[in-house]
Amino acid sequence: MSESPLEGKSLGEGSFESYLFGFIASLLLTLTSFFLVSEQLLTTNFVDPLIIGLAVIQMVAQVVFFLHLGNESSPRWNLQLFLFMMMVVVIVVFGSIWIMNHLNYNTMPMERTMK
Amino acid sequence: MAAELAEHAHPEHDREVFERTIFGFWMYLMSDCVLFGTLFATYAVLQDSLAGGPSGKELFNLPYALLETLILLTSSFTSGLAMLSAHKKNLLRTILYFAITFILGASFLTLEINEFSHMVQEGNSWQRSAFLSSYFTLVSTHGLHITVGLLWMTVMMAQVLVRGFLPETLKRLTCLCLFWHFLDIVWIFIFTFVYLMGVT
Repeated sequence: MSESPLEGKSLGEGSFESYLFGFIASLLLTLTSFFLVSEQLLTTNFVDPLIIGLAVIQMVAQVVFFLHLGNESSPRWNLQLFLFMMMVVVIVVFGSIWIMNHLNYNTMPMERTMK
Repeated sequence: MAAELAEHAHPEHDREVFERTIFGFWMYLMSDCVLFGTLFATYAVLQDSLAGGPSGKELFNLPYALLETLILLTSSFTSGLAMLSAHKKNLLRTILYFAITFILGASFLTLEINEFSHMVQEGNSWQRSAFLSSYFTLVSTHGLHITVGLLWMTVMMAQVLVRGFLPETLKRLTCLCLFWHFLDIVWIFIFTFVYLMGVT
């Protein structure tokens, strides 16, 4: 009983420092996004890509510091699965937006596309 | 000899079972991510289809959404602390941190239900426009996950209290924490894409 069978590195096993660091980083990123929008510091064209970028950084921070995805030894099945999932999500989301925007554009009444 | 062997083999076997279970659970989480991905795509496509109804700009209250976000983020952090205490087999702290996580999760859910009921009372339910249908589907699917997570947390707290820290219990607690962190990650995107970008 001296050693827990669960010691070692796997998903969801981390140190206090990593949780604290992840928490502070997420807090700062959330507040930055919030104030960028609420104080209207930048124009919409700038602010949208910026807050998406901040959200992606926060996702990576939480995946690393809360889920501890990077700790496993190879073959990194968890990481591979995660990257594959990201690819599927990106294709589904951006593919849908792209297709539906074209659909909207091409099925608009003539006078609006002629401008 | 046999006993010695068994004692030797046991932790390794446990470890393997543990990693396999976590991998299986991770696979579920990733497929859940694809589910949320499709709901996000639906929302992105339909967010301008207002049918004369109100837009996100008129409906969303940013400080309120920020409060929800901060509560959920803190609960994700405390669930991590609960997991650390569980690995150290500290019963009191584990229960304490899970209790804090539960209270924060329940407050998040209460705020969300309150927000929904205000919208519905003002006539802006999911039947109002395609935008609102996709909004309610996306956000309440997340809320449903939170509800299930809270139920699961109650069961796990009872299990820890009754049975202590068996390897199976730790395995289940790890799954629960992964689930909870995952829900917070999904919420980051709901906060950004739905609330922040709905207002800009």
